[in-house]
Amino acid sequence: MSIASIEITGHAEEVALLPAAGGELLPHPVFSAFVADIGDTELVQMYTDLVVVRRIDAEATALQRQGELALWAPMLGQEAAQVGSARALRAKDFVFASYREHAVAYLRGVDPTMILRFWRGSTHSGWNPYEVNMTTPAIVVGSQMLQAVGYGMGIRRDHSDDIAITYFGDGATSQGDFSEALGFAASFNAPVVFFCQNNQFAISAPVGVQTTVPIVQRAAGFGIEGVQVDGNDVLAVLAVTRYAAERARNGDGPTFIEAVTYRMGPHTTSDDPTRYRDAEELARWKERDPIDRLLRTLEHRGLATPEMLAATEAKAADVAASVRTGCLETVEPAPESIFENVYAEPHSLLEEERAEFVAYHAIPDTKAAGR
Amino acid sequence: MTTLSLAKAINAGLRKSLTTDDRVMLMGEDVGALGGVFRVTDQLQAEFGRERVFDTPLAESGIIGTAIGLAMRGYRPVCEIQFDGFIYPAFDQIVSQLAKIHSRTDGAVTVPLTIRVPYGGGIGAVEHHSESPEAYFAHTAGLRVVSCSSADDAYGMIQQAIASDDPVLFFEPKRRYWDKQDVDLDGTPTLGLYDARVVTEGTDLTIVAYGPMVSTAVAAASEAASEGTSVEVIDLRSLSPIDFGTIEASVAKTGRLVVVHEAPVFLGLGAEIAARISERCFWMLESPVIRVGGYSTPYPPSKVEQYYLPDIDRVLDAIDRSLAVR
Repeated sequence: MSIASIEITGHAEEVALLPAAGGELLPHPVFSAFVADIGDTELVQMYTDLVVVRRIDAEATALQRQGELALWAPMLGQEAAQVGSARALRAKDFVFASYREHAVAYLRGVDPTMILRFWRGSTHSGWNPYEVNMTTPAIVVGSQMLQAVGYGMGIRRDHSDDIAITYFGDGATSQGDFSEALGFAASFNAPVVFFCQNNQFAISAPVGVQTTVPIVQRAAGFGIEGVQVDGNDVLAVLAVTRYAAERARNGDGPTFIEAVTYRMGPHTTSDDPTRYRDAEELARWKERDPIDRLLRTLEHRGLATPEMLAATEAKAADVAASVRTGCLETVEPAPESIFENVYAEPHSLLEEERAEFVAYHAIPDTKAAGR
Repeated sequence: MTTLSLAKAINAGLRKSLTTDDRVMLMGEDVGALGGVFRVTDQLQAEFGRERVFDTPLAESGIIGTAIGLAMRGYRPVCEIQFDGFIYPAFDQIVSQLAKIHSRTDGAVTVPLTIRVPYGGGIGAVEHHSESPEAYFAHTAGLRVVSCSSADDAYGMIQQAIASDDPVLFFEPKRRYWDKQDVDLDGTPTLGLYDARVVTEGTDLTIVAYGPMVSTAVAAASEAASEGTSVEVIDLRSLSPIDFGTIEASVAKTGRLVVVHEAPVFLGLGAEIAARISERCFWMLESPVIRVGGYSTPYPPSKVEQYYLPDIDRVLDAIDRSLAVR
């Protein structure tokens, strides 16, 4: 079998707006208009976002290494894809995420400490989805996409201009739920943005194992418009996501975005990417680092002042310190809490088991007493 | 009172729920213009419109997954899975998503979904159209599983299931769809959705059955009565949770228990009931609990399904075996 050797990465049609060099934005006949309002202030804001979320990610990785988290799924390298898309959303839009969308959660207003508590093993969620209009991590790959489409079907019935957006990776495109979600979305003209972060790997399997054509081409077979964007270009991602969101709000149905990016870290802290990819490939992608990419534009515009950089650094350090403190101060759930919220209404079996559990744990520990 | 078949009674119950709560919607394969392959949703699209009663693409995971999203948006979807054997493509969305969302979100998100499943054999169908998958779902925390057995009961039960804030799997005994009964369309249910019901009172032995096996058990009880044995028949109705109180009270009286279902005996609902009753009624039992059900084989071709399905004779045989222990 040689499918793994097929490389499916960048393409000529990939939308990009941030220049590789120089200060002038790259013109695009469709998408430039969608970021015409983005001035210096907004660019600096997005730069701050990128730096802060990378710092949260680094802090979480460190906390895992120190034994404070059971696991962490780093997003290193994918910050622009997440920040650009999340910045395109309104508060009332609903996000159906996978499990690596830490930057999206942060920008939706989730306290980063609560993101970490999921990975610590202290909770299965971490936040109330309705408070920030974003689901908590979906671990079964692709399962959240159908839920986003159903939510979108509900939006349409409500005659609302909200939208739903669902995040998933290149691996998820092999799941049956992926195809069903695209099929339902097209049939019901659901106001949904499918946002694929093609980070080139499903744990160790390169994207060529999932597909022999660019992922964005999958959309056409469902009658859904597809856009491929440079996922490390925060401005281009913002533009195409705004475009897709506007289509959804206008009743034009779903749009599929493939953000081509690269997972520069491991799949999770339990992974060892040196076993399946070479250092040269990683080095090539480091040259396309999303933060450096934006910083070059800021430098050319004279925005990368020492004051701005220092302020950004200070904010990142503050957030990281607060995340660390919050993690270390986690109050773990009470044992009896495992019986809570299993059902919305009383359940006789569960009540019996809970009573037995409480009675059992009320007995003094006879071993400790030297029985 | 109106005389209705079981299928028509469920249809009437769905109509009532659609009328009283505009968040209720019906979705599934062929539930629209066709009215479902068993006509359970007959005329409902014409009455309530395509926004509330609609056909979906032919994809079971898609049906349940999108219904979860609709529920998160505030709707109360009622999904039809066309046949028992077609529910497995939706297994992840049911057991890993639907069942866990309320608990996962610390109670923030409720998912009031009803999944209707025509189930069981005895209709001479081809493969995958005659199965009894209820135990898979009863084994999963976060789901509620019920099964109706008769028209009068089904009318209220489907409305109660739709009104529940928890996800409910509603198993419909398809071979009883055409059985008729008097139904009080203006009545309100006297039993809770999770209560068992004593169908026939007796003093010598208890039979617990549900869904399609209730009428088989009642017929067996009638035969046994002609031989002088007084059998109490309990319609379980709810498979998760199980109303053990009603079973215990009956066993306290009779001392003998036979559990009957179409699903395989091995690790079926009967295994759980036998274990619990042995734990709770050990000193009241006159004989071991006996289970009657399907074998550890795939559901057989329909020309021989009558050998797989429990019937009156197999239930009577179990009664005899129980009574033989003295």
